[in-house]
Amino acid sequence: MQKVYIYKGFERFWHWSQASLIMFLALTGFEVHGSYHIFGFEKAAEFHRTASWLLIGLIIFAIFWHVTTGEWRQYVPTTKQLKAQIMYYLFGMFKGEPHPTEKTHLSKLNPLQRITYFGFKVVLVPITIISGILYMLYKTIDQNDIIVIEDYPLASIAFWHMLGAILLMIFLVVHVYMTTTGTTPTSNIKAMMTGYEEVEEEEHHSSTENDNNQKDIV
Amino acid sequence: MVQNKHTENTRNTMYRNIFLVLIAVVAILILVNVFHKEDNYNLKLEELKREYAIKKIPSVEHFKLPALNKVFKTPQDVTEACLTCHTETHKEIMASSHWNWERVAYVEGRGISSAGKKNVMNNFCLGTSSNEQTCAKCHIGFGMSNNHFDFENARNVDCMVCHDNSEEYLKGASMAGYPDRNVNLEEVAQSVGSPKKSNCGSCHFFSGGGNNVKHGDLESAQLSCSREVDVHMGANGINMECVACHTAENHQIKGKLYSVSPDNNNRATCEQCHTTTPHLSDVINRHSSKVSCQACHIPEYAKVNSTKMAWKWSDAGKLKDGKPYEEDDSLGNHSYMSIKGSFKWARNVKPDYVWFNGTAELYLLGDTIKQIPVQMNKLNGSYKDKASKIIPVKIHVGDQIYDKVYNRLIQPKLYSENQGDSAFWMDFNWEEASKAGMARSGLPFSGKYGFVETEMYWPVNHMVSPKEQAVGCAECHTRVNGRLEKLTGFYLPGRDRHMALDTIGFWAFILTLLGVISHGIIRIIITIRKDRYEKQIISYDEDKPLE
Repeated sequence: MQKVYIYKGFERFWHWSQASLIMFLALTGFEVHGSYHIFGFEKAAEFHRTASWLLIGLIIFAIFWHVTTGEWRQYVPTTKQLKAQIMYYLFGMFKGEPHPTEKTHLSKLNPLQRITYFGFKVVLVPITIISGILYMLYKTIDQNDIIVIEDYPLASIAFWHMLGAILLMIFLVVHVYMTTTGTTPTSNIKAMMTGYEEVEEEEHHSSTENDNNQKDIV
Repeated sequence: MVQNKHTENTRNTMYRNIFLVLIAVVAILILVNVFHKEDNYNLKLEELKREYAIKKIPSVEHFKLPALNKVFKTPQDVTEACLTCHTETHKEIMASSHWNWERVAYVEGRGISSAGKKNVMNNFCLGTSSNEQTCAKCHIGFGMSNNHFDFENARNVDCMVCHDNSEEYLKGASMAGYPDRNVNLEEVAQSVGSPKKSNCGSCHFFSGGGNNVKHGDLESAQLSCSREVDVHMGANGINMECVACHTAENHQIKGKLYSVSPDNNNRATCEQCHTTTPHLSDVINRHSSKVSCQACHIPEYAKVNSTKMAWKWSDAGKLKDGKPYEEDDSLGNHSYMSIKGSFKWARNVKPDYVWFNGTAELYLLGDTIKQIPVQMNKLNGSYKDKASKIIPVKIHVGDQIYDKVYNRLIQPKLYSENQGDSAFWMDFNWEEASKAGMARSGLPFSGKYGFVETEMYWPVNHMVSPKEQAVGCAECHTRVNGRLEKLTGFYLPGRDRHMALDTIGFWAFILTLLGVISHGIIRIIITIRKDRYEKQIISYDEDKPLE
């Protein structure tokens, strides 16, 4: 076993605050949608609005961080070993085969994660946030000289927002489950908390494409 | 050693990071405090309260005027006395709809037309034509006993009905607008002043033949009620008079009723005092683009006494032993009257809600029936219409007599002092009453009549509740049994959803959950097996005899 420094401070902060905001937004959002009653519609809507502004702020910081650190490159999708990764989760894992890809701070995401998170960041989150902003600012005008977003029907805005919400919930389930597929069931979560992840020794891997010198070996 | 050094480094980094985060948090808090500007407290309501707490002192005490300190033989003598000082005021009155019972306006589809009590029909006492003798109890004139009333005679203007401040004045029943014979005209004349609730209420509370029959939100209880009943008129509140909102210039009073006035000008509105942004919350202010103030602030009407909700004229005319009779419901309201038919009453009624853009289509005497139930005053509006808002209404339903051949509502003659005069209330003969009423209205009657269902809309504007009792968000934003359940054609968050998306989404979520659970179970099983296998190996090793 060796410890590799994978997740930087901001990244961990961003991950956990985004996670809690998304879960809180889901909790309040599905109440606004009428799925259940916890806070009451008025409070739920109010909390949902506040949390949504926090999330937007956080995401602006995250975009800035990804651009300035060049970390965005981690999310460029690749098909290389994608099939191997899928086959691993479907079969290899049960046979006790090792992970086909290796985690380093230069390549912290496997090809399946890359494509999933790319979709998450480029499609799912924008759909949800843009529809959410339109939803929040949706006003119909009378004689009150109020800005108007009304040519686009609210039903469609709500549809896209709901679609985003459902996909996010599915993402959440799979994502949380997938954290247990690390070296040990909790090693991924620990890594996201401490930044360091215990990974298997390199001799297990034949396909490492990264420079092992970069590893922060303990 | 390497391990220890690293741990130490990590700890130092951690302390440094925690310190930096603390500094950052404190810095942000300080900045927020420095740059945060408290919203100005919304003083609009406080300013209004201050303004309306000061009650006007009259500039003239009429009892001191010599012109009024004399004996009046007739009510017209009082009017003449008024005109000695207010020399031109009769002209203002004679230009008003309170006097003319009609108003000329451009109406979409009709062109320039006049509408008012003279020619509109309703589904209560049906209409005034041929019944003036009794209907004129609520005309601000003397002697309107038929359709030959002289609208040019200033002597017939009734100043007292609106300006009596003694609460002594009373119009006689079926006396063509003349006061009751017991009224002390001298006392009334000397008391006159600005109209009070009791003046307006003498007609507007009792329209339809009894207290709160028509409006549901205007009734005699408002002469002395609590803030909970009517926050504006409450005796323990700001105790406003009707004319505080229904202001008047040259006797042209702001505000009118959609059962007689189809157009949208010179209306009395909440916004004229409260502005379009009275709330502290922007979200609630924004609602006002589609939701009227009344929709949330009048959670129910008829809060004290019942109001009439349904009236079936088709039941009228039953007699017991050849005589008309009446029956009461459990609250003491008439449920049946031989002369009028059967009624339904209700108290503490949650309003219905409709889209309304401020214009209405009135059913005028002589119109052809276009749809059933006949819309006595169809309120125009829809979600798509930018000028439309959701308003609360009382919908009064009923049935009434119509001509089966000409397909129009019949104006029957209802009232007469004597039997044998074709009046339904005396003779209980629909055919004779219809013949006489339609003849007076100048319309043909085929002789074939039936009863047709009708609906009449009464926008609910009064009996505003204190703000704490306003309709809450969840009373509309709810899946089932919301107040706006019947208003469709638009997306209401919390009520509406895309069924296909919700269903597919729900099952996709459940399948995903099952998917990861089974994946996990397989992993656990395999791990256990592997574990056992490894343990067996270990125990195999241990079982080896020691060397």
